[in-house]
Amino acid sequence: MSVTMPETVDLSLYAKAGVGGTCDMDLAVEGITCGACIGRIENAVRALPGVTEARLNYTNRRLHVAWADGALEPAAIVRALADNGYRGHPFVPMRAEQEEAAEARRLTRCMAVAGFATMNVMLLSVSVWSGNVSDITPETRDFFHWASALIALPAAAYAGRPFFASAWQALRARSLNMNVPISLGVILALGMSIVETANHAEHAYFDSALMLLFFLLVGRALDHAMRRKTRAVAGNLAALRAGTAHRFAGDELVTVPVAALNSGDRLLVKPGERVPADGIVQGGTSEIDDSLITGETARRKVSAGATIYAGSLNYSGALTLKVTATGGTALIDEIETLLEKAAGAKSRAMRLADRAARFYAPVVHTAAALTLAGWLLAGASAHDAIIIAIAVLIITCPCALALAIPAVQVVASGALFRAGILLNAGDAIERLAEVDTVVFDKTGTLTLPEPHLLNAAAVDPALLQRAARLALTSRHPLAMAVAREVTLRVPFDGAVEEPGEGVRAVVDGTEARLGSAAFCGMPQQAPSDDAGVSTICFRHGAATASFAVSQKLRADAVAVVAALRQRGLDIHILSGDREAAVAPVAQALGITQWRGGLKPADKIAAIEAMKAQGRRVLMVGDGLNDAPALAAAHVSLSPIAAADMTQAQADAVFLGERLGPVTDAIAIARRARRLMMENLWIAAVYNAIAVPIAIAGLVTPLIAAVAMSGSSILVTVNALRASRGAGERP
Amino acid sequence: MNILVYLLPVALTLGLIGLAGFLWALRSGQYNDVEGAALRVLSDDDVT
Repeated sequence: MSVTMPETVDLSLYAKAGVGGTCDMDLAVEGITCGACIGRIENAVRALPGVTEARLNYTNRRLHVAWADGALEPAAIVRALADNGYRGHPFVPMRAEQEEAAEARRLTRCMAVAGFATMNVMLLSVSVWSGNVSDITPETRDFFHWASALIALPAAAYAGRPFFASAWQALRARSLNMNVPISLGVILALGMSIVETANHAEHAYFDSALMLLFFLLVGRALDHAMRRKTRAVAGNLAALRAGTAHRFAGDELVTVPVAALNSGDRLLVKPGERVPADGIVQGGTSEIDDSLITGETARRKVSAGATIYAGSLNYSGALTLKVTATGGTALIDEIETLLEKAAGAKSRAMRLADRAARFYAPVVHTAAALTLAGWLLAGASAHDAIIIAIAVLIITCPCALALAIPAVQVVASGALFRAGILLNAGDAIERLAEVDTVVFDKTGTLTLPEPHLLNAAAVDPALLQRAARLALTSRHPLAMAVAREVTLRVPFDGAVEEPGEGVRAVVDGTEARLGSAAFCGMPQQAPSDDAGVSTICFRHGAATASFAVSQKLRADAVAVVAALRQRGLDIHILSGDREAAVAPVAQALGITQWRGGLKPADKIAAIEAMKAQGRRVLMVGDGLNDAPALAAAHVSLSPIAAADMTQAQADAVFLGERLGPVTDAIAIARRARRLMMENLWIAAVYNAIAVPIAIAGLVTPLIAAVAMSGSSILVTVNALRASRGAGERP
Repeated sequence: MNILVYLLPVALTLGLIGLAGFLWALRSGQYNDVEGAALRVLSDDDVT
C-alpha cells in the first residue's frame, strides 16, 4: 500500500438526531457469514465510547447504532467494523421502503384478525352444520349465529378495509377492479346472514365472508413480504454502491458521501476512481473512460474546461473538478427530455388481473340479476329469490380468481430473487413473458463493466501471477485488470507506485516492473488498431510480457445469446460505441442485427421502429445513454453496475458478472405467465360448476365453504410450480 | 346447553388474548428479524 495522508471522513450526512440528545445511523453491513457475526459486530460497536445501542438485523443485514450526540464521530463506527473484517455502508432508509414496511404491518394485522375470526366462526359453523343434520335446537342455532355475527362483523370491518378502500377508489374512478366483486360479496354475505339470523333461518354465511377475506389477506401479505425482501436487498446494494468523494475544505481534503455534494464543490478525483459527480475539470489532465455514460470504449483525453460525468472511470492523472448542478450539462438535459417523452408515450400495459376482473365482474353480476329475475318469474317469493341471487354472488366471489395471479407472482418473484434478479416493477413478470425481441447494449452489458485482460492464456502462468501480485499495489485501471488474474491476494513487500508510470518491487532478488513500455525498458509498441485495447508491460529480469487490456465479453454471453435464440427470440445490439468496436462482439455472438455509434435518441428511434412492427422489446442496458431506451421498451433489465439513472428506469436489476439472469428472467416469467393462465382457467372451471348449482338454489354454507377453500388451495398449489423455472440453466 | 352461555365467552376471551399477544409482538418489532432471533438464542454472551 502506498502511504497516503489519512483523510478525514465526514459521514455526518447519515446521522439523524434522535430524541434526548442522541444520534442514530443505519448501516448496511457486508461480510456477515454466520450467527457468530451478530455478537462480534454488536460488541465491537458497543465498545466505542458514547454508543448507547447497537443492534444488528441479521435478516436484512443492517446495523442500527445510536450514540450520545457529539460523543462519537460516525466514521469511527465504519472503522470499528472494518477492523473486525466487515464493511459498513451508512445509508438513509428510503421513504418507499418505510411506506412498504408500514403497509406490510397493516396487512399482517388485518390477516391476524381475519384468521382469528375465521377460526372461531368456523368452530361455531361446524357445530351448526352437524347440528342441522342431528338434533340442534333452533334456540342454540340462533345463539351460535348471533355469536358468529358478533365476531364476524367487527372483524370484517377491520380486516376488509384494504379491499373496501381499493374498491371504493375504483368505483369513484368509474372503473372495476378485482376488489369490487370481493367487497360486494363480503358485504352482501354478511348483510344477508344477519337478516337470515333475525328470521331464525338454518343457514348463515358469516364463515364464507371471513374465510374469503383471510385467504386473500394471506396472499397479499406474502406478496408484500416478498417485495419487502427484494427492496431490502436493493437498498443494501444501493448503500454499498453509493460512492464517496474527496472534497476540498480549504486546502484539506475531506472524504464525504456523494449524497452530501453540492453544486460548486471542488473535488479531487484520483486515478483509478470513478468520477463521483458531473462537473467541469479545473486542473490536471487525464484520460477518462466514458463507457458507462455513452458506451464508447475509446478513452477521452480531458484537461481544464472539459465536462465529465458521474460514473466515468479516471485512468491516468489526478483531476480537480468543480461540481455542476445536476441537469446542467447538454448530455443530461438531452437524456432527461428523452426520458420524459418516452414515459409519456408508454401505454401502460393493463395487468392480467385487472383484465380478468373487467371481464369477470359484469358476467357474475348479470348472472346474479338474471337468477333473481328468473326465480321471481318462476313464482318464488321475493325473499327466496334474493337469497338465491346473493348465494350466486357469494359462491362466485372470486377467491380463486383473486388468488390466481398474486400467488404465482409471489412464487415467481421468489424464484427470480434466488436467480439474482430484483424486480422494480410489480407487473414486470407479465411483461417479460410477452417478449419476442431482445435488444442488448454492448458496453457494460454484453461486456463486463471493468476492463479485463484479453491475452491471459498466452502468457506464462508463473510470470502472469508475479505480474498480478505486483499489480495489487496499483490503483490504475490497467493494473487492476492484471490484478484480477491473481490467485494469491498478497501484494509484494516494498512495492512502490511511480505515479503515471507503473509499479516496481524487488522479487526474488531481481527488480520487477509493471507499467508503460518505457518504464519497463521495452520497445514502444505500435498502437493497436482497436482504440479500445490498451497495453501494459511487465519485466522481471530478462522475462518480459505485454498484456492487452480491454472490455471483455461476459463469460456466458455466447451461451446466453444462443439460449435466447433457441427460445425463438430475435436478438439485436444497439450500441453507442464505434462500429469498429461493436462488429467483433456481434460476430463473436453470431448476432447479425447490430448497429453502432448510436446517440440516445437513435436508440429510442430504433426501439420505436421495432414496436411499430408489433414487437414486444426487452431492452437490456446499463449506460446513462440507455436510460431513455429502457423507458421506451416494453420491459427492461439492467446489470447492477449500471448508472443510477438507468437503474431507476429498469423494471428489474440483475446481480453478478454473468448474463445468465436474462435467460432465467424470461424462462421464469414465461412459466409464471403460463401458470397464471392455468389458474384463471381453474377459476373459470370452478365457476362453471358452482354457478349452476347456486342458480338452482342448492347452495348451503357448507358447500360454499368447501368449494371456496378447495378452489383456493388448488390454485395456490398450482402456483407453487412457478418456482421450478429457476433451476433450468441454459 | 346453558353451559354454552359461559363457555363461549370464555373461549372467545382466550382467543382474543392470543390475538392481542400476536399484535403486541408485531408492534414491538419481534418479527423484524426472524433469522437473527433464531441465531441469537444460541449465543450465550448477550447476558449483559
